[in-house]
Amino acid sequence: MNKNSNTYQILYAAVMVLLVGSMLALIYMALKPKQNENIANDTRKQILSALHIAAPSDELVKETYEKYVIQDLLVDSEGNVVDSTDNAAFEVQMKKNVKLPDAERKLPVMKCKMDDGSVKYVLPVYGAGLWGPIWGYIAMNEDGNTIYGANFSHEGETPGLGARIAEQEFQELFREKHLFVDGEYKGVAVLKKGQKTTNGAEQVDALTGATITSLGVSDMLADCLYRYEAFLKKLGSGGGTQCTADAAPAETIESETNDNQPE
Amino acid sequence: MLSKKNKEALFNPLSKDNPVLVQILGICSALAVTASLEPAIVMGISVICVLAFSNVIISFLRKTIPTNIRIIVQLVVVATLVIIVQQILVAYKYDVSKQLSVFIGLIITNCILMGRLEAFAMHNSPWPSFLDGIGNGLGYTIILVIVAFIRELLGTGKLFGFQVVPQWCYDHGYENNGLMILAPMALITVGCIIWVHRAHNKELQED
Repeated sequence: MNKNSNTYQILYAAVMVLLVGSMLALIYMALKPKQNENIANDTRKQILSALHIAAPSDELVKETYEKYVIQDLLVDSEGNVVDSTDNAAFEVQMKKNVKLPDAERKLPVMKCKMDDGSVKYVLPVYGAGLWGPIWGYIAMNEDGNTIYGANFSHEGETPGLGARIAEQEFQELFREKHLFVDGEYKGVAVLKKGQKTTNGAEQVDALTGATITSLGVSDMLADCLYRYEAFLKKLGSGGGTQCTADAAPAETIESETNDNQPE
Repeated sequence: MLSKKNKEALFNPLSKDNPVLVQILGICSALAVTASLEPAIVMGISVICVLAFSNVIISFLRKTIPTNIRIIVQLVVVATLVIIVQQILVAYKYDVSKQLSVFIGLIITNCILMGRLEAFAMHNSPWPSFLDGIGNGLGYTIILVIVAFIRELLGTGKLFGFQVVPQWCYDHGYENNGLMILAPMALITVGCIIWVHRAHNKELQED
C-alpha cells in the first residue's frame, strides 16, 4: 500500500488516535481511585503539617488525621456555624469555594485537638501564585488571634524560587504572628525585608527571587482570612475558651462531645 | 550487542555530541529545573526513560509511518508516554510527582526528544535507538546535574537541600549569590560549560 496516499494517512492517524485514546482512558480509570486517595492523604498531610504534626508513615496519615481533627465546621461571614457534619470542611473544594459570591460562601474550619489538650482551628486559604494556584492551611490558637502554624502548597511554582513557600523555613515565619492588633483585624502580610505595612499589621519576610509568589501568598492571606474575622473574634471573646477547661485531661470521647461550638 | 556503531550511539552524546553542549537542545528545561539538584536529577531520569522508550516505539513503527504526518505520530507517542509516566507517578509516587509538578509535562516540549526521534529513531532499528535514547538522556542529565550543582551551591550554600557551606564562612562575610538561582545565571552557567567543553575539544570549534 502506498504510504503517502491520503487514505493510508487518514487511516493511520485515526487508528493511532483511537488506540492511544482508549489506552490513556483505561490507564486513567485504573489509576483514578489510587490517585484520589493520594490526593486526599496529601491534603491531610498538609493540614497536619500546619499543626506541626508529622504522620508516622504514609499508611497512617488518615488515622493520624482523624485522631487530631475532631470536628469539621462550616461558618458564615457572621461567624455562625452553619454545618458541622463529618468531613464538611474537608470536602470543600477551595478552588470552587473562592469563586462563590460572598453571600453563598461558607467558610471551612477544621477543629483540632492536640496531644496537650489545647484546641486549634485550621483555616484553609486559596489564591494565585506566579504559574498557578497556591493554597495553604493556617492553624490558629484558640484565642482566634495567634497563628499556631502554617502550611503552603502550590501547583507549579518555580523550584528553588516560588516553590520555597512549601518549605518549612518559610512557613515557620508565620508562627506566633497575630491577626489582630489592639483588638482590630489587620491580617498578616508578606513583604520584602525592610518594608513596613501601612496598617500596622504584622508581617513576615518575602522570599528572595520570588516576588510574585510572595505577593500571591500575601494576597491569598488577605483575601481569605478577613472573612473569618467574626468567627475568630467569637473565639477570642471566650466562646472557645470553655473547651480548654474540660479538654485538659486527655482525649476521651466525653470531652469530644462536650466541645460544643461557640454560638 | 554493543558493536562499534551502537557504542557510538550510546557514548557520543555524553560529550562529543552532547545534546545540550553541542546540539544546543533542551536549553529551556535546563534553565527551569536546575535551581537545585534534586529536581534536576529526577527530571534527568524521566527524560532518559521517555526518550529511550519513545525512540524504541518510533523505531518499531518507522517503516509504517507516513512521511507527511511523521511529526504528529512522534508527538503522539511522546505525549502518550509522558502522560502515562505522570499518571503512574501520581498513583504510586505522589511525592515525586508533586515535586516535579509541571516539568514532567514539559518533557513533551523538550527539543531533544523530537530531535532524536527525527534524526535517529526514524532510520535505525530498535536496539541502537534504545541506546541512542539512553545516551542522549544521560548527556542531558549530566549537564543538568553540573549546572544544578553550581547553582544550588553558590545560590543557597546547600546541596540536595543540606547546608554545605559552613556557618563560619557566613560569619566571615560570605554571602549566598542570589543571582545564581535566577534564570539568567542558568544560561550563563551553560554558556561557561560550553566554553570549557569547546576549548578542550578542538574538533568542535568553528571558524
